[in-house]
Amino acid sequence: MTPTLEFRDIVKTFGSGSTEVKAVSHISLSIQPGEFVAITGPSGCGKSTLLHLAGGLEPPSAGRVLVHGRDVVDMTPNQRAALRRTDVGYVFQSLNLVPALTALENVMLPLELDGVAARHARSHATDALRSVGLHEQLSRYPDDFSGGQRQRIAIARALVGERRLLLADEPTGALDTINSDQVVELLASLASERGVAIVMVTHEPRFASWADRVVFMRDGKIVSETSPDFGESVSAAVTS
Amino acid sequence: MAVREGLLALLQAEPHYGYQLKTEFEQATGGVWPLNVGQVYTTLDRLERDGLVSVRTGVDDQKLYSITLAGASALGDWWHAVPADEPPPRDELMLKVLMAIEDGEAHALDVVTRQRAALTELLQKRRRARSGESDGSDVAALLVTDALIVRAEADLRWLDVCESRILSMNAGTHRTRSAHRTRSTK
Repeated sequence: MTPTLEFRDIVKTFGSGSTEVKAVSHISLSIQPGEFVAITGPSGCGKSTLLHLAGGLEPPSAGRVLVHGRDVVDMTPNQRAALRRTDVGYVFQSLNLVPALTALENVMLPLELDGVAARHARSHATDALRSVGLHEQLSRYPDDFSGGQRQRIAIARALVGERRLLLADEPTGALDTINSDQVVELLASLASERGVAIVMVTHEPRFASWADRVVFMRDGKIVSETSPDFGESVSAAVTS
Repeated sequence: MAVREGLLALLQAEPHYGYQLKTEFEQATGGVWPLNVGQVYTTLDRLERDGLVSVRTGVDDQKLYSITLAGASALGDWWHAVPADEPPPRDELMLKVLMAIEDGEAHALDVVTRQRAALTELLQKRRRARSGESDGSDVAALLVTDALIVRAEADLRWLDVCESRILSMNAGTHRTRSAHRTRSTK
């Protein structure tokens, strides 16, 4: 099976000469369809940089980043932008929902910007909102929802269409514990039931523990990881 | 152990037979605190001896236990008591990390890393057990699992703090085992 995301001996440096900082140092990591991986480590360990590299937001200084087997490094800027629009979804601590648009319109937005016809965009957006349990509240505005529900809308927007890779950077950072638990549980179920590969950066062990595999970073390197412990249910979701 | 107070709390609601107390105690504690029926009767005998429960004959000549006024008072004291200050923590995880620090930064970080991965796996297992075990109606079982999860989280947080402190330690000021030995032999 082709991994959804693969890092091959990735290096990322910032600055040069005496001010050079190696944010990511020779990391190789493979994430399978339907796998939920949490990346954790102390501040400045390079975990967010790794996420930016995964989505082509930053080019690596060396090494390869493959998304669905396609090398992001070799892509033209237009191809990378297309990859971000169609294959990779992002969820951040700040939700960036448009307050003047309804939940449905917010989720439709990336598809419409990509030129998808409104009818199809509406259908895909409704499906995405259904997958996060908000399909009965399509015409409400972001301010009408709780913080946890707004994060669900952001997740739906990140997944709308056929995107099979979700990159989440501290997605629970602005939420209380109960809402955070619900959001991370949702991510876990999207991975196991819909076969979405999810990479979540978090500094909270509580939320990392929802993942199938937890990767620990320090000083730009992977220092350890828990055993991957998933299989039958994910494979079934992916192949069905 | 708080079995004695747990039995009094159950008796506060209504009189119970011994075996009934065993079953209800185990249900109330989410199934993680099994009681030997002999332990229940021994505890009840002591409670009766101390005047905290009374016994009368119930159905089929079985002993039916009730809480006394003195028992209700003792239970009230227990509800209101707060845990006394504990001695300094001396668990194995702490000892392991402290000894590793004495052995140098690299070894200390290695120990922290290994312990963290193992504890995270434990947390993953407990999380999954909770997800699969209940529809949410057994509050006692959920709270017991929550307690286990929260304790593992606390240990993980402590390991995070250890890592930060170890990384920020100034090598020149760190007292290594060898330096300590040198000083102590002078």
